[in-house]
Amino acid sequence: MSLALLHWLTDPWAEALTRRALLEVVLLGVSGGALGCWLLFFNLAYSAESLAHALLPGLVGAALLGLPLLLGGAAGLLVAAVAVAVAGRIPGLDRDTAVAVVVTGLFGLGVLLALSPDTPAGLQGLLFGDVLGVSDGDLLLASGLVLVVLVGLSLAHTRLLVVGFDRLSAPGLGVRPLAVDVTLLVLLAAALLVAVQGLGNLLVVAVLMAPASTARLVTRRMGPMMLASGLIAVGSAAGGLYLSFYAGTAAGASIAGMLVAVYVVIAAGGGAAGALRRALTRPATA
Amino acid sequence: MPDHGPVSGGDVLLRAQGLDCGYAGRAVLTGVELTLRAGDRVAVLGPNGGGKTTLFRTLLGELDPLGGTLALHERCAVVPQTERSRLDFPVSATDVAVMGAVSRLPWWRRPSRADRRLAREALGQVGLSEHADRTFGDLSGGQRQRVLVARALVQDAPIVLLDEPFTGLDAVSAEQLERLLLSLADGGRGLLIATHDVEQARRWGTVLCLNKRQIAFGGADVLTRGVLEATYGGEIVNVDCAVHGGHPVVLPAHHHEH
Repeated sequence: MSLALLHWLTDPWAEALTRRALLEVVLLGVSGGALGCWLLFFNLAYSAESLAHALLPGLVGAALLGLPLLLGGAAGLLVAAVAVAVAGRIPGLDRDTAVAVVVTGLFGLGVLLALSPDTPAGLQGLLFGDVLGVSDGDLLLASGLVLVVLVGLSLAHTRLLVVGFDRLSAPGLGVRPLAVDVTLLVLLAAALLVAVQGLGNLLVVAVLMAPASTARLVTRRMGPMMLASGLIAVGSAAGGLYLSFYAGTAAGASIAGMLVAVYVVIAAGGGAAGALRRALTRPATA
Repeated sequence: MPDHGPVSGGDVLLRAQGLDCGYAGRAVLTGVELTLRAGDRVAVLGPNGGGKTTLFRTLLGELDPLGGTLALHERCAVVPQTERSRLDFPVSATDVAVMGAVSRLPWWRRPSRADRRLAREALGQVGLSEHADRTFGDLSGGQRQRVLVARALVQDAPIVLLDEPFTGLDAVSAEQLERLLLSLADGGRGLLIATHDVEQARRWGTVLCLNKRQIAFGGADVLTRGVLEATYGGEIVNVDCAVHGGHPVVLPAHHHEH
């Protein structure tokens, strides 16, 4: 390896600031990548995005009151969950619409609060994350998240498979779908709360859904898919930080962009390979 | 209603007397009088919405009986319709078969190597040894149905409930499945098989006809035109067949969401 390339690769990590950012996104990538695989098969992508957006007023409220963001986020999630449950019961309003109304309402409320003169500067940090400004506490939380998500998914693995495969016949196999759903939603809530501080309200969904969607294109079994998803998430996150360092772009947005770009490249590559295979195996016609 | 009794003389696996089944206190199936013995293959006939699925869910313990008595002497396993499962799910045939072991495991345990061996043996029993590592969704409809039967074998329940297992199978697959079900019954299991094929039901020897209430239970001779009409309403037509002459035929069932 030439010295120049080595420097190019190591330069971004010369400062503690970027090294900490790298550690944070690696931790979030591992947990988000693994968890995302199950969110994908349980059709929870929309829920993940909705909850992430709806907890904004909680975050802003905490910032206004000087409380820990984690606390505000948890309160925001709770309010959002109750509001969605209540709105879902309004007659004549279908569930997706109810969720959309509640989420937009709460998100708007969050922005309104954030733009009030009393709010400390930093709406941008809440929306887009501030991965270069992570504290020791954030890193500790992200480490805890990896532990909780990996242990939780490992313990629930078989039952997640049973319910994801065929929810209706799960009770006949001795598995209660509700218990499995709650487990997954609790892990999702934990991941959102922790990741939203590093990646921001708007970008956190990228690390949950994009790596899993990419991994699904290249794997055939759940275990390898989770491994691939984690690796893709970590690789894209590191790539995003390089991009941010050399192109001077915002770190969170660079990571999210990288995650989606990897998906697009692999999906397009797979599509092209498939088309090529079909073209080559097609019998020649006169 | 005369009870012609089952064709075999095996041990009683389950007995229902005046059983009413339904959801949230509202009965959708009433008056089930049924005795299932080891070795029985009972065809469950009835229109969609006639109560077959509700009866199965009651036998599985998912729904409480609303009336009458249900004496289950053995555990039930269910073989659901294969179209209900996700075909894009990243699992192998063995992964699906081993799900039958989950009910024996405490919540923190994953299936052991012994459980996976059991799953592979069950796949061998249904003639799918060479497909054990293939993705479930890549298998044919008949093969998928047999994987689900293998899963029920791993559950090791003496009573097996099959929800329209022949739906969508080609003739060869249907024949394979029919042989498999016969061998399960001969092995001492009691089978309740939901089907729309009246001729098949006659072959199996014992029939249970349901249409919101029990219409008949007994040997194939209970399948009179009157019973079939009560079971299927007006969905019966006479078909002139070159080989068998005229006989009543049930119109193909329309599939609804369950």
